[in-house]
Amino acid sequence: MTTRDDYPKPVQDADSEPFWQFCRSQELRIQRCSQCGLHRYHPRPRCPNCRSSSFDWARCTGAGVVHSFTICHPPVLPAFSGRAPYNVVVVQLEEGPYMVSNLVGDDEELRIGMPVEVCFTKIDDELTIPQFRARGSAG
Amino acid sequence: MLAGVEPGRRAALVGIGQTEYAKSIDRSELALACDAILAACEDAGMPVTDIDGMTRYDVEQSTEWDVIYSLGIPHLRFFAGTPSGGGGLASTIVLAAMAVETGMATSVVSYRARRRGARSSFGPGPYQGGRPWAKKGSLVAGPNQYHHPFGLASPAQEMALIARRHMHVYGTRAEHFGMQAVAQRSHASTNPAAIMKNAITLDEWRDSRMIADPIHLYDCSLENDGAVALIVTTTERAADLRQEPVYVLAGAQGEHPIHTQLAVYFSETGDYGGPKNGGWGIAPRLFGSAGVRPRDVDVALVFDHFTMAVPFTLEQYGFCGEGEGGAFIESGATRWPNGALPVNTHGGSNGEAFIHGFNHLPEAVRQLRGTAANQVQGAEIAFVNGSITDSSGAVLLSR
Repeated sequence: MTTRDDYPKPVQDADSEPFWQFCRSQELRIQRCSQCGLHRYHPRPRCPNCRSSSFDWARCTGAGVVHSFTICHPPVLPAFSGRAPYNVVVVQLEEGPYMVSNLVGDDEELRIGMPVEVCFTKIDDELTIPQFRARGSAG
Repeated sequence: MLAGVEPGRRAALVGIGQTEYAKSIDRSELALACDAILAACEDAGMPVTDIDGMTRYDVEQSTEWDVIYSLGIPHLRFFAGTPSGGGGLASTIVLAAMAVETGMATSVVSYRARRRGARSSFGPGPYQGGRPWAKKGSLVAGPNQYHHPFGLASPAQEMALIARRHMHVYGTRAEHFGMQAVAQRSHASTNPAAIMKNAITLDEWRDSRMIADPIHLYDCSLENDGAVALIVTTTERAADLRQEPVYVLAGAQGEHPIHTQLAVYFSETGDYGGPKNGGWGIAPRLFGSAGVRPRDVDVALVFDHFTMAVPFTLEQYGFCGEGEGGAFIESGATRWPNGALPVNTHGGSNGEAFIHGFNHLPEAVRQLRGTAANQVQGAEIAFVNGSITDSSGAVLLSR
């Protein structure tokens, strides 16, 4: 088993653990309210729309659009210092919610409204993160 | 501040105190807090033993107990903390004024002491000096677990995402943020208490290194040490004190499930032009209870962790139209002495100092006393707000 101790790791609690475990299986799943159907992210115990505590972990299509982005320069977290400058994006998922992530690809391509699709990057045996690439660029 | 309060119980700011502001001060945060509180008592002409209430940011590390133990304050009748980070700036005064006007306490001190300089870390915890975000460790709980693994950790990086979206939706330009940086550094250059002594040009702003595109170094608040304290008491008590009172005309707080906290700014409907919360949710109560309009305000002290918070705040509180903050700054409106609404006349957080915004309050008091270094002539009403990207609040102060 390989682990990277320097990499920021989620403290997985009862609300967040399923999200991260699905990511390990390379599945992007977020909570969907069983009562009103609203998708939500970040994970929360109840639906902010109808207050229901019933939900399932719905599989996302993986498609979204870039809602905003930045290019991070130092100072950054130590685990990222070798990568700076690097991008951070906010992606609006097809299901509605917004997700902070990264674009895998050329920072120069980044623009708001850009269609993207999820891809997964294994950090170590414990953590796999969902990232995004330009839609249709799979290969 | 409260409707129907007896005239003698009206809350008034009667003392302001601050330490020196510097990149690094070799004193503990508690020592700085005590220095500022004693300076505020001296300014008011009030013995420190008269203090019977305290309010503070909930991230303040010098607790009520620490302070009364150090200063020999015999008895507190009221104490409260308020979230969160720079969002607490005006809320401390809202709490203090509530306590005074309801009779929970008579003389309340509000304070903030901070060692944030690069050499000022005094422990491993995120709030023990230095950069809080850099000290959260590699195990990340709460909302940050959805950010840090992607390299999104610092407030500058988070604010950059909001700023980029504002630019996209409204056509705001990064230069608009730079113009506010230039204005505040100009204000700082004639404020003897300011850390940054030199004014800058827009070209120098443009040449300052990029921190998180579109945020340049000169858009960022300073990393420094210092402390500030203020005393709120009743109008009746103020009559016996040294200074002309500054009244808390209105105060309001606001927290919303989406759209305000940096960590969840982009939530289900968190587009910039989305639901009207943040300052939009506070402004009607603030101005409504005071019976004044934004155009009646003479000087604004706007929480400015990054310069783009200024145009966004001015839009949310109705000092200009939605999406017009950039043009408002470009018109020179926020620049002392000739602007229609001088903003951060002490130099703000990129010019005077960053005390989590708390240094904005004594500047508002000085403006209303007529003793500011960069005095707005005849200033009668000042606006002070906490961060628009936190659980927040705002006050209107008057002569």
